[in-house]
Amino acid sequence: MAKNVGGSGSAIKKAINTIRSFSIGLATTFKHLYRPRVTMQYPEEKWVPYPRFRGLHQLRRYHDGLEMCIGCSLCEAACPSDAIFVEPAENPPDDPKSPGERYAKTYTINMLRCIFCGFCVEACPTTAIVMTGEYELANYDREDFIYTKDRLLVASPEDNAPLSPLESV
Amino acid sequence: MDWIEVIILLVKILVVAVALLSGFAVMTWFERRLIAGFQVRIGPNRVGPLGLLQPAADGLKLAMKEDLTPSQADRVVFVLAPMVSMTAALVAFSVVPFGPPDFRIFGRLVPLHIAADLSIGFLMLLAVASLGIYGIVLAGWSSGSKYSLLGGLRSSAQMISYELAMGLALVSVLIAAGSVNTLEIASKPALWLAQFPAFVIFFICMIAETNRAPFDLAEAEQELVAGFHTEYASFKFALFYMGEYVNMITFSALAVVLFFGAWHGPFVDRFPLLGVVWFLAKIVVFMFVYVWIRATLPRIRYDRLMSLGWKVLLPASLLWVMITATWVTFVK
Repeated sequence: MAKNVGGSGSAIKKAINTIRSFSIGLATTFKHLYRPRVTMQYPEEKWVPYPRFRGLHQLRRYHDGLEMCIGCSLCEAACPSDAIFVEPAENPPDDPKSPGERYAKTYTINMLRCIFCGFCVEACPTTAIVMTGEYELANYDREDFIYTKDRLLVASPEDNAPLSPLESV
Repeated sequence: MDWIEVIILLVKILVVAVALLSGFAVMTWFERRLIAGFQVRIGPNRVGPLGLLQPAADGLKLAMKEDLTPSQADRVVFVLAPMVSMTAALVAFSVVPFGPPDFRIFGRLVPLHIAADLSIGFLMLLAVASLGIYGIVLAGWSSGSKYSLLGGLRSSAQMISYELAMGLALVSVLIAAGSVNTLEIASKPALWLAQFPAFVIFFICMIAETNRAPFDLAEAEQELVAGFHTEYASFKFALFYMGEYVNMITFSALAVVLFFGAWHGPFVDRFPLLGVVWFLAKIVVFMFVYVWIRATLPRIRYDRLMSLGWKVLLPASLLWVMITATWVTFVK
């Protein structure tokens, strides 16, 4: 047996010390029974992530409805896992999708490859791509994890969407 | 013995066996909820109200799992080992009195025990409990795997060492009570105070015998994968699991009979069946303490565990036997 069990001192002192530490330990765990439990009952109670949480991506729009994404593919270049595929195209003159010359004709993110690092958000020059707090991305088929532009582009501009360059002129 | 007595005996055996097995099922639920409480979490609460159907779900899952036998295993012994373990755990309960022995149904005497009037009561219980160790040794050896062998050896060595101290603590209680017959000891007043050192030693050895924390190094996941039951899959694993919990219940029952007056309690003389309730309540308290200790204390390293058994508990129990014997001879 180790000689330093129960601290230093006589055998009686060590025995009393040992019993004391046991009792304190037992009392501590017992007190936990009366504390409110910290478990969150998912899915009835869900954790709301912090504002900068990196969840599902979103392509934003300007205040007037134009897409912010100009198809520059900087996000595709920045992605460490090659999850993003961008096919840029020239903006049709009668129906421009974005302010400027290019827009993203095809924008696909493979969520199975994505590591949710946020480099694409950092690389984007127009802050077109952001990451929301959506973390419930489970699905049944591998194909359903290929998020195409229609799933990533937000349908209408948000309330405090910035003015597009065409508006502020 | 006429056929009615045989029928009564068979019914009693059935009731006790079913009670032990359902006790095991409830115990798994109890332990998970309680440990969760000690760790400020909620335990299982999805499967049925308060998670009470969780043992059913677990049992179903274990029964449906693939039952595999390692290629290097000794087939026959591999299958036998959990049976030995489980049988010993169940048989040991035959000498435990769980109610007053003079209970009558329609004027017919139905003593509330199976065979507790055996003159060698406690001796038989110790012997059968020792037989349970065979199950573990055989399991460890017949699995044909290094982890299992080591785990089995460690586990059985631990159990054998603590059995000595436990037996001696038991002996001092038998000396103080004056009999080896479990029925007679159950009718004596509660001895936990008069034989307090024996109780403490017995309690520590009880935890070591059942391979429970903090003495569970032989089956700790971090140490030996799963010790002697590493290679056991579905139902055979369930049998070992059952054996461990039934052992816990049996040893708690033993401690209750020895030290806490078995089925005695308020109003038992008027309602004999209440004796069973008191008995169960005392066992539940022991189960609670088992889980409480598991949630609190860290695991003891194996060499210190053996040291404790041989160098501290054995001399202490020997000393107490001598003191008790002296007291009984000269004072009584």
